[in-house]
Amino acid sequence: MKFGVLQFPGSCDDRDAVEACARVGDAVLLWHADRDLHGVDAVVVPGGFSYGDYLRAGAIARFSPVMESVIEFANDGGLVLGICNGFQVLTEAGLLPGALLPNTGRRFVCRQVDLEVVDADTPFTNLCAPGERLSIPAKHQTGRYHAPGLDPALVVVRYAAGHCFNGSQDDIAGVRNARGNVFGLMPHPEHAVDPLTGSVDGLRIFESMAAHVGAAHVAV
Amino acid sequence: MTLLRAGGAGIPASARASSSLGVVPRVQVLIRPKSGILDPQGKAVERALPALGFDGVSNVHVGRLVELDVEDVSQVDAMCERLLANTLIEDYEIVS
Repeated sequence: MKFGVLQFPGSCDDRDAVEACARVGDAVLLWHADRDLHGVDAVVVPGGFSYGDYLRAGAIARFSPVMESVIEFANDGGLVLGICNGFQVLTEAGLLPGALLPNTGRRFVCRQVDLEVVDADTPFTNLCAPGERLSIPAKHQTGRYHAPGLDPALVVVRYAAGHCFNGSQDDIAGVRNARGNVFGLMPHPEHAVDPLTGSVDGLRIFESMAAHVGAAHVAV
Repeated sequence: MTLLRAGGAGIPASARASSSLGVVPRVQVLIRPKSGILDPQGKAVERALPALGFDGVSNVHVGRLVELDVEDVSQVDAMCERLLANTLIEDYEIVS
């Protein structure tokens, strides 16, 4: 299992994403100007402030050379995980429905939140139980999910009752595409992979991806 | 000032005139939060004004202004659709 973690100017969670991926497989950084995905099995679009988040969060990164390849990769069924700014990039790219708006409270908020796994039958949550709670940090100012007319079947994780601080529609924390191979969420599973930082629940996301890719290889 | 609605056809008359003189037209794009979507920035400004003694202010919204010199003004609409605005959450207006 080989993960590729994108690196834009302004990414800041790319190293932690590599650390998290490296606990369940191999992980490489993929530079934004390089179209070559170097044969990875899954792509992680990490958090941060790609290209300074100028214009709108993720708006410029969405047109970077590496994203052209990621869009092709996703359209071919490849696994793509977007975290925080990565989620914003994937919505801007049209790979995921909806958009992220400024938090209703206007402030940047950094706190540990509980997520509820709504759909445990995805390549990103297959090792979770339906309804299971994951304790994962969230840190953002532009995380209010907005998707008028969203198919509820696309919701993968919600903020648990009382944990949604950003005003997201229906407390939605993460959604997938219709095909199920692209998933984005605002909270940061890559920051919850070591007991040192209080929770290892985030590891489940990366382990699920590895299990999915492993099973696919066996099936072939 | 000529206003051109989002998605509207045609080029503002003033821009056409400058084109014929060989001057690159200056275009302004106004981008606003879509109506009906909560605009926390606008709300914060709306609440701040009465605190300074400015009463009777309502419906405040904060958006963005993008100014650009552009040779072919007919392309600005496509620029807005593809990059300058996210039409799921924002309305834009091309002004020149």
